[in-house]
Amino acid sequence: MLVLDLALKSLRNRAFSTSLTVGSIALSVALLIGVENVRVGMRESFSNTISQTDLIVGAKGGTIQLLLYSVFGMGSPTNNLSWDTYREWAEHPAVEWTIPYGLGDSHRGFRVIGTNEDFYRYYRYRGGQEIALAQGRAGSEVFDVTLGADVAAELGYGLGDQVAVTHGIGEVGFLNHDEMPFTVVGIIEKTFTPVDRAVYVTLEGIEAIHFGWEDGAPPMPGEEHTHEEVLAMAEIEITQVTSFFVGAVNRRDVLRLQREVNDYEGEPMMAVIPGLALSEMWQGIGYAETGLRVVTIFVVLVGLLGMLVSLYTSLNERRREMAILRAVGAGPKRIVALLVLESVCLSAAGAIAGLALVYVLLSAGQPIVEAQAGLFIPIRPPGLIELLFLGAVVAAGFLMGFVPALKAYRTALHDGLAVRV
Amino acid sequence: MSLAIDVRGLRFRYGGGSWVLDIPELSLERAQRAFLFGPSGSGKTTLLGVLAGVLEPEEGEVNVLDRDLTSLSGAQRDAFRAEHIGYVFQMFNLIPYLSVLDNIALPVRMNAARRARLDGAGIKETAALLADHLHIGDLLKKRVTELSVGQQQRVAACRALIGAPEIIVADEPTSSLDFDRREAFLELLFAECESAGATLVFVSHDRTLEGMFSRTISLPDVNKAAL
Repeated sequence: MLVLDLALKSLRNRAFSTSLTVGSIALSVALLIGVENVRVGMRESFSNTISQTDLIVGAKGGTIQLLLYSVFGMGSPTNNLSWDTYREWAEHPAVEWTIPYGLGDSHRGFRVIGTNEDFYRYYRYRGGQEIALAQGRAGSEVFDVTLGADVAAELGYGLGDQVAVTHGIGEVGFLNHDEMPFTVVGIIEKTFTPVDRAVYVTLEGIEAIHFGWEDGAPPMPGEEHTHEEVLAMAEIEITQVTSFFVGAVNRRDVLRLQREVNDYEGEPMMAVIPGLALSEMWQGIGYAETGLRVVTIFVVLVGLLGMLVSLYTSLNERRREMAILRAVGAGPKRIVALLVLESVCLSAAGAIAGLALVYVLLSAGQPIVEAQAGLFIPIRPPGLIELLFLGAVVAAGFLMGFVPALKAYRTALHDGLAVRV
Repeated sequence: MSLAIDVRGLRFRYGGGSWVLDIPELSLERAQRAFLFGPSGSGKTTLLGVLAGVLEPEEGEVNVLDRDLTSLSGAQRDAFRAEHIGYVFQMFNLIPYLSVLDNIALPVRMNAARRARLDGAGIKETAALLADHLHIGDLLKKRVTELSVGQQQRVAACRALIGAPEIIVADEPTSSLDFDRREAFLELLFAECESAGATLVFVSHDRTLEGMFSRTISLPDVNKAAL
């Protein structure tokens, strides 16, 4: 096709301005698609923080608050639930499994979570992945502690190290349970979820460090339980949990189960559906991503405007060329087609180069982002969104091409075969 | 013999300005070599634009090869020009991003009817043959920016001649050449026009070349709008 041949040769002839234009479009398109990828990655990793859990149950309070302290290790729980209540629900016929959580303590800024073997058995994240141990075993004894991957990495802990737990949640607890040292028995494989930033002990362990703290203050001198005394106890009685995760026998029962929990008369408590609560939360913080997207769309527009400027300013130098084309029989429509086609070629080349750039940057940057930000950005073949973006960029290029093209059209009609410079 | 060009009552102006062309009558026989002269500003290029069907007159008839251009649509005139007219500019005739060969081949690639006039000969071969005739056969692969002005004008002549159009229009094609080269260029152009039976309309403000043509037309004499 002659016009396409002309357009390509003309663009090649202006290689420098062509590559600048393509480059700027490519960068802007890469930014657009890159931001989209990061956005999707963020949302996915956020909503996949926990999966396959049907309900999270805790003391009555805010929905988001329950989610924050149970799943994200942020904020403090308002109240605990009694162990008996927990057992009652755990044995509910509609409940298949539960994971109890005892919260409220920390170790050097990392949350300590008291739980039991059900955590390792039932906890799922990112579409059904299980908790796996990188080293050692899951804690099962009173003074066993299992560390999240980040905790172990940041504090430099290994198996067999002694860990002291702080009462309260501050970075530096002023009341240390120094008399109750725990031993690291396992390190959990990295999950890129808040699991990595938590320290897991048994519920018995939580009880043990609080012996003598029943009134909320440290035990009086002489009343402390020693490590040995605790170990000598036949059985430590668990009195309370902070919250628990529920897997229903049948997903259809989840709503009914939630209502039952909320109406429970024994204790003020509530249940949230994590998927709903997470998306509710994401909507709350999601306006930022809309803003980001708007900004990147404008960046693409700026890139295309650069192309427009470059094509438009080249027209004056190309009046002679247009007159020649007219003289050999090109109609004004062909002149328009030539310029629109140049614009389409530039934007298509920019769009494709931008897409390629995204994949180059993603494959180079993915491990770094994953390691530094804990954000896993999946590399996938271009999906509908990407194709939609590319199509929109080319369509915008097509439309913008008419601006210089119509100017050239008018010039061609007016100039005829003379060139007035 | 029918006329190559027959203009009657032609009036043309740009926008709503004053008349640039007002030509009651102007005709050219086929296969003539016409020398059209006039000072700058006498409307030479405008007249060529009208004859080529690029500019549309306000009044009158413009018969080219017995077709009244004023009765044709813009697209029809473009197609007519592509098929029947070869055009050579004063200078900067060539498209800078095309090779010499591509520049010569442009009209036949642009228009199927002009391509059909090659009578089955290949575009490349025809272009090469013409280039040989005009002594630029060794330049086909070159970039046009590497050519001298004289070489460029010969490439332009090849482009005008390819596909043997009936009418060759040349707008001061020699004004950028020195005198010796002018004559050499014209002789080559004449030879090609003659062998193709083409009518040549040659425009210049320089009357020294007049003697080489079979007919001379003074534009100020035929154009009443001339200053």
